[in-house]
Amino acid sequence: MSQQVKTEKVRYNRMGQKIVSPDYLLFEAPRTKHFITGSEAVKEAAKRASVDASISYPITPQSEAAHMLGELWREGYIGVYFRGESEFGVMSEIAGCAMAGARTITTTSGPGTLRAMELFPMWAGSRLPIQLVLMARGINSPLSIQPDNLEMYFLLDTGCMVWHAETAQELFDMIIAGFVVAEQPDVHVPVITAIDGFFISHTREAVYLPPDDIALPPYDPYKAPMPPIDMEMPPGRFMRDPFVMKSNYISYATHASWQFEVRAAIERAKPYAKHYLRGLVEHFGDPEGEVLFIASGTAAAQAKEATQILIHEEGVKARVLRIKTIRPFPTEEVREAVKGAKYVFVPEFNVIGWLEREVKRALYGHTDIPIFGTPRVGGGMTMPPEYIVQEVLKIIGKEVKHVG
Amino acid sequence: MAKLGPSGYSPYPVAVTEGVLTPPPGKALMFNEIVDEETAMREAAKAMLTRENPTIFPGPQVLYAWNEEAKKKAKLIKEMAEVLGAKIIPMYDYRPKYPKIDPEKEINPNHPNLTIWHNKIKACIFIGVHCHYANVALKIIRAETDCFTIAMCSLAGHEDAMITLRDQHAEDLEKFIRIAKEVKKELGK
Repeated sequence: MSQQVKTEKVRYNRMGQKIVSPDYLLFEAPRTKHFITGSEAVKEAAKRASVDASISYPITPQSEAAHMLGELWREGYIGVYFRGESEFGVMSEIAGCAMAGARTITTTSGPGTLRAMELFPMWAGSRLPIQLVLMARGINSPLSIQPDNLEMYFLLDTGCMVWHAETAQELFDMIIAGFVVAEQPDVHVPVITAIDGFFISHTREAVYLPPDDIALPPYDPYKAPMPPIDMEMPPGRFMRDPFVMKSNYISYATHASWQFEVRAAIERAKPYAKHYLRGLVEHFGDPEGEVLFIASGTAAAQAKEATQILIHEEGVKARVLRIKTIRPFPTEEVREAVKGAKYVFVPEFNVIGWLEREVKRALYGHTDIPIFGTPRVGGGMTMPPEYIVQEVLKIIGKEVKHVG
Repeated sequence: MAKLGPSGYSPYPVAVTEGVLTPPPGKALMFNEIVDEETAMREAAKAMLTRENPTIFPGPQVLYAWNEEAKKKAKLIKEMAEVLGAKIIPMYDYRPKYPKIDPEKEINPNHPNLTIWHNKIKACIFIGVHCHYANVALKIIRAETDCFTIAMCSLAGHEDAMITLRDQHAEDLEKFIRIAKEVKKELGK
């Protein structure tokens, strides 16, 4: 009987980190506890992601994360790093890096997001799997640098995936998963990993990190759905840019089909995101809860606290459906979750209630239960759990004992 | 569901909006059903052998790619065309053409319907076309024509084709040719 000898090729990236599978990095590698901020979680994630290029421009509250990505470049973990001329410059330059086949990450916040706005649909239409970490702070005027996530609304239909992390831990994991999902050949659109600024970026929490001598496999641009710009590869050389240059010759059908294709690509991300994020949603609280909060980001964290008060102090059965991915939107999960609920509340950190709109669109024609876009705060105002409880009790007709 | 066209533009024919996604590894997609690769290959061969003016549209990944896999695939595509009695019309450039392409000589992802209409193509195979351009073209074809589309993709596949075969490399093309020969015999051709 012959004995088979198993050989395994071990690969290392430019920094000498051992290349491991995304599943190993995210789910299997041993982790140690660290007390770090959300900004530091961005650095730690990028450090383990074999990032080729990062470009930055300062704006509160993401400046610290951008600065730390620069430190990674100095330490040798990131191949190229520089400061752009503006957010428009940054998002243009990072597109060039991605077209040339680089794995890229950048960060921005609030008004910087809007200054760069033209570039986000361009990224998506050019099928560039760029990762943007958005530390939300609201939009002028009037000026706010506080945790308000109004700018996320503007990004929802740019053709980019939009994910919303609740904690620094989740931001760390989402950044790594974001590269993996965005770079799938049948997905291959940008991913915006968002957090509520300051609440997550500037506060410390326990974050469990895998060792920093292992990293994601490098990006393979030759599996991209468009040819990478490679001077040695003719299709890329003459087939990428001219689409924009010759826009007058594009048929209506092309434009329509192209736009639909980008949105189809986001939907194709669902099975991958389900795997790497362990579901597009998280359930919390009493599974039979009549009061259902549907929330994302920090609002979900506050809704969880409110749920505990409702269950344990008010005797109200309550639960939370936390949405992790706004694009792709977990329509089926939302429709399933409302079964058994009598009231749906959508608490949000912005004045327009973009998540309430999304929830109502998903549920239109699927349920008769009332959906309340409350509580809703803006400008960086906090949303204490007691305030949420008070709003719920008022609406469901119970005596309000909390918050006089 | 990736139904046969022409479906028009409203609603725009996008299979994912009807819940159809690319098939999992090891499987193929036939309309809205996930099936074994061999079943899909047989139906693809049957469509090419029974519908009018079958045509293979090879793209840059087999026309220009400088690697051994591309060379092998290019030779196999010629053999496949002979077995299926199909024409070969290349998609050699993704740039839109002005005022329009020569539909006898090429197919362009921005207006693939022109080539299909002109040549009255009722069945076709996309192979070696970068995924984005294949997807853009497949949606337009389903909107505008009654052409039966088959995608042989080296990556994850294309749910907007009527039949999509994923992870197709040289050995898979050889398998398809073998199956096509069997189907041809069964059809008495």
